[in-house]
Amino acid sequence: MENESHISVEQQRYATLLSWGGRAGLLILSLSFLAYVLGWMPAHVPMDKMQQVWNLPLGQYLAQTQTPTGWSWVGLVATGDFSSLLGIAVLCGVSVVCLLAVIPIYARRGDWIFVALCIFAMAVQLLAASGTLGVGH
Amino acid sequence: MLKEGLGNLGGFFRTNALVIFLTLSFFAAGSYAAESVPAASTMPWWGWPLALFITCFLLGVVAVPSGVGGGVLFVPIVAGFFPFHLDFVRGAGLLVALASALAAGPSLLRGGLANLRLALPMAVLASASSIAGAMIGLAIPANIVQIALGTTILGIVVLMSLAKKSEFPEVPAPDSLSAALAMNGVFHDAARGQNIHWQVHRTAKGLVLFLGIGFLAGLFGMGAGWANVPVLNLLMGAPLKVSAGTSSFILTLVDSSAAWIYINKGAVLAIVAVPSVIGMMLGATIGARLLSVLKASVVRRMVISLLLFAGIRALLKGLGIWN
Repeated sequence: MENESHISVEQQRYATLLSWGGRAGLLILSLSFLAYVLGWMPAHVPMDKMQQVWNLPLGQYLAQTQTPTGWSWVGLVATGDFSSLLGIAVLCGVSVVCLLAVIPIYARRGDWIFVALCIFAMAVQLLAASGTLGVGH
Repeated sequence: MLKEGLGNLGGFFRTNALVIFLTLSFFAAGSYAAESVPAASTMPWWGWPLALFITCFLLGVVAVPSGVGGGVLFVPIVAGFFPFHLDFVRGAGLLVALASALAAGPSLLRGGLANLRLALPMAVLASASSIAGAMIGLAIPANIVQIALGTTILGIVVLMSLAKKSEFPEVPAPDSLSAALAMNGVFHDAARGQNIHWQVHRTAKGLVLFLGIGFLAGLFGMGAGWANVPVLNLLMGAPLKVSAGTSSFILTLVDSSAAWIYINKGAVLAIVAVPSVIGMMLGATIGARLLSVLKASVVRRMVISLLLFAGIRALLKGLGIWN
């Protein structure tokens, strides 16, 4: 209790969102993977072929399995191997939501340096996620 | 006398059973991987993912008591002893480190052991450079990455063996940058039963080092706690617990930006990444509960030995001497 008084409001909000985002991502990841390995969903790369290609360099793997790059995987989300990427995307994207949520707190306090830092951090995450950075192999 | 000796021997095996089992399983996996060509493997398709899950579970168990992140163990060991290409191992490694950091992050933030004001400036630079690291790592030949990975792992072994820790470093005054960013705080140290006020210095040097740390995290797909903690603790003067907690939180940003690059390049395979993430997280949960039972110093020595072995393996694999 004594410790909680030292934790800033923005830090508590960040923690709450991070916790829910992390749980949601892991749940989606686990369920979709279960559906994949149990054969409840069709696979883009069949399991018996997968063990013949998972040792290949990325470029060769993509060519042999006709796996798309960038955000094209969303079009294959009905297949088991790509449905798991949905959970992974949630895990990778949760920080952007957390950063967005704490900006108003910093702004109300007039802490413009940290507003700028949050915006910059979000921009870095969104740039990485955008798929515009040299997609292809 | 004999009874006492047998008792000591029994105690040794009880204490080190996990260590011995883990070491034997790695050597067994290593010898199998070294002899087999995956395409011609007679193992059913689920054999390797299952072996990966078990290995990651065991890595998760030892990661907590040894005080290292699972990511740093994952990449060299799985790249060295499993048939998956290094590109996919690095993609999975980032997700292993990210998932562990996300699981720990909320409680660290609520407990004051991770500090948002200390973490954000470092994380912004490190996540930007991790993107560059990831892109370069996926563009250069795998053997070059293997050689660099092996060299880095051997460097980590030296760092882990020699690096000192300072529980409460003395920071006489904050530097102008950390003062401007108000990079200070208070945390409640339950062991001492008191609130600890802390501040940091040498912020500019710390920021430069975090640029390099982020680059390495993206390049090798490893969590970077092994480098974050010494910089925050020994260089910048944050208390050890705050350094460890903040380091873990920084990974949530650094590893996610690098992971996006691997996802967009098609270098994340669910069959490699998901068993690794789930195995590591389950293992870490058990490892945290075994903290009081396992002898941390023994586990740490064993982990350093494993890293030494994996580092040499990566180096020799990269040089084409031991494929």
